[in-house]
Amino acid sequence: MNLSRRSLLQLSAATVAAGAFGLPARAQAIDELVIAYNVNLPAWDPTVGPSAVNPTLQGIYQSVFDQYILQQPDLKPAPGLLTEWGWNEDKTQVWMTVREGVTWHDGSPFTAEDVAWSLARVAKPETGSPIQFVWGTLANHRVEGNKVIADVAQFDPTIFKWMYFLTGYVLPKAYYEKVGAEGFEAAPVGTGPYMVEKFERNAFVRLKANANYWGGKPEFDTVTIKFVTDSAARVAEVESGNAHVTLEVPYEEYDRLKASLTGTAAPISDIGMIFLNDIEVMSDPNVRKAAVHAIDKQAIIDRLLGGYGVKIDTLETPQYDAFDASISVPYDEAKAIELLAASGFGPDNPVKFKIQTTKGFKPKDYEMIQAIVGLWRKVGIEAEIEIYEIAKHYELRGADTLAPAAFYNWGNSVGDPTTSTGFAMFGPSPHSVWDGEDLTAMIGPLWGEKDEAKRIEGWKAVDRYIAENALVIPLLQYVQPILSAPGVVVTPHASGALLPHLMKRA
Amino acid sequence: MQLFRAFLLRLATTAVTLIGVAVIVFVVIRVVPGNPIAMMLPPGATEADIARLTAQYGLDKSIPAQFLIWCQGVVQGDFGTSITSNQPVLRLVLGRLPATLELSIMALVIAVVIGGAIALTGTRNRGTKVEAALDVGNGMALSVPDFLWGLVLILIFGVLWPVFHISGRVTPSLELPFTTDFYLFESVLRLRFDLWADIVSHMFMPALALAIPLAAIIGQLLKQSLKETMHLDYVTLARTKGYGENHVITREALPNAILPTLTLVGVQFTFLIGGTVIIERLFSYEGLGNMAIDAVINRDLPLIQGIVILFAAIFTAVNLIVDLSYALLNPRLRHGQ
Repeated sequence: MNLSRRSLLQLSAATVAAGAFGLPARAQAIDELVIAYNVNLPAWDPTVGPSAVNPTLQGIYQSVFDQYILQQPDLKPAPGLLTEWGWNEDKTQVWMTVREGVTWHDGSPFTAEDVAWSLARVAKPETGSPIQFVWGTLANHRVEGNKVIADVAQFDPTIFKWMYFLTGYVLPKAYYEKVGAEGFEAAPVGTGPYMVEKFERNAFVRLKANANYWGGKPEFDTVTIKFVTDSAARVAEVESGNAHVTLEVPYEEYDRLKASLTGTAAPISDIGMIFLNDIEVMSDPNVRKAAVHAIDKQAIIDRLLGGYGVKIDTLETPQYDAFDASISVPYDEAKAIELLAASGFGPDNPVKFKIQTTKGFKPKDYEMIQAIVGLWRKVGIEAEIEIYEIAKHYELRGADTLAPAAFYNWGNSVGDPTTSTGFAMFGPSPHSVWDGEDLTAMIGPLWGEKDEAKRIEGWKAVDRYIAENALVIPLLQYVQPILSAPGVVVTPHASGALLPHLMKRA
Repeated sequence: MQLFRAFLLRLATTAVTLIGVAVIVFVVIRVVPGNPIAMMLPPGATEADIARLTAQYGLDKSIPAQFLIWCQGVVQGDFGTSITSNQPVLRLVLGRLPATLELSIMALVIAVVIGGAIALTGTRNRGTKVEAALDVGNGMALSVPDFLWGLVLILIFGVLWPVFHISGRVTPSLELPFTTDFYLFESVLRLRFDLWADIVSHMFMPALALAIPLAAIIGQLLKQSLKETMHLDYVTLARTKGYGENHVITREALPNAILPTLTLVGVQFTFLIGGTVIIERLFSYEGLGNMAIDAVINRDLPLIQGIVILFAAIFTAVNLIVDLSYALLNPRLRHGQ
């Protein structure tokens, strides 16, 4: 038997741990799956409050609750609690067929009433759903057998996509009405693959497999999700064997540990981008185009992110419905110099503006902006970096007072162009800082376009227009690093949700 | 009587301090950038949605009006509702307070034990290499901040030699029979030493990380006080009576030398509680500090207010206790001289 220094350390550690405190150490057979999760779960109701629209919490919610429509790991929809859905001929009504034979965690039967009630509840402004503006486009929800029908108050082509997006969860009507919001918070009940056994806020949630799950019983009977918000501590948790799976660790640590653990690094629906506000020098198309052409995105991904990222030239990633591979904005330093010269700028007479960025909110965010500022300097752009908190970004963006350039990350796990290009670039949206009338006129008709093929083509044209006129700077699609113990196989989900029921034994 | 009057005066100043803290916190967290409503807006929210949510959380009123509403609630024991968890703030902070108190007390105990040992050993070995080595160790302990000690401890006792838990307060799979949130104390009272061992194995690293810098301060100050006391006449007299050095240090010098250290420990204890914010985050320990960071990140204004007020109340209470115990232990103050 060969004993390396590492294995000797591990052996002694496991012996001491087991003897002294009964630590799990690196288990040979995993009975209880332990996940070191990167955020705390503040609240259980996935349909109201700030937590409901926090993308990082959706993995936990989807473990306990089902969405109306299932979203597969490649972001595509599949039958879930709804087996079929659609509009009537003139698109004045929606219809949904409800899966039969499903039970809630408390044993009561899941019915079409639950679906109708859940949709009607979040459509009411007083419920406090942050997505009420979407759910409110349906009205007069009613049950006909195992079908739910609702009238379309305002046509939204993405309504069914929201049914597997933020707040698109079905809650138990009878149970919720019996226990109220507080009771539901204390003992949440869903139809999902796992049931909540124990929850300690800021500490952990312990889940038990739902043996009656309509999609089949999950592989691991017990899953403990520990909330470990510090990335160094998460690395230590998996390295020591205290946890079997973790995510969002620094890429350097991922590279170091993937030899001894199992590593999964797949692109997710989260992009890094730079908002351009149409103020000051950003009103000059030459400056904007030069700023885009001067950035060598691939070099930034390779050198700063260890290759973990996918270069993008529009706000659509390859998984999104309106992705168009023919839209490309190449790195071209000479062209950037030429464009700036046409506006009277150059390395000796640089154009000046401010760029805002977070620092540490996303992997290497500040370092990326530093690198971009360095690239810009070479062509004649002098950008001053201002660091801000993400909370300030939201406030400034809402008030349309961002700096001429501002780094941000945009998530769009539903993959529709409305929730990426649409909301980010449509002038009247509180999330957009580009107010150009041309673009607003192009986007406006697409919100209510009933012909799906025409709608997607319309968004592709919008993306092309944005790229040609450099109205925003898309940088990269993020890659999510997941580390797991050798005995666990993780299926990554392109939404970024870490889902225990998709984990199997090796 | 004089002591009682001083106590009443301190209570009055404490109340004024807490009101001042409440006003400052209330205004500051509303003035600094970061609007909680802006943070929860989904893509596509309209101006009407923003107005609706702002009104729903009572943020559409002026700051003085919001403050008055909050004060009215506080008088009735209602500190508001957390924006992120939709739970009463008072319940949330009181639920987490025991964890932070237990951690702080354990850190204090460790610091006093280590610091006391350093001081006594240093005094016993005055002028030797042992004292020099202790001084070097003290310097190192002081120059490294507690969160870095935390990382070092995680590496040593969490990864290389994993004898302690890295995160949390208790192993999730354990059934807890507790009726209070004081897990450590209640496990002892219930004679559940299996649970006690599990809780200690979770608390030890964060407590030690908090304790190391404080232990160095205690060790340094107490050693200095002891050295000064060792030259006083009554100590010399004890020696001439034939008492051994250990007896002289612990029985004769220590009771007098300990008073300045006691004051320091009281003051440092409040800083130690403040230090739990970072350490609890690092070790994912479910205390007030961890909750405070989440509250700040999410701009959960009612929760931030509640936590800060509670921290302020603890600080003032600890200072009050220290002042009173100092007065009780010091004969000159006790007799009003």
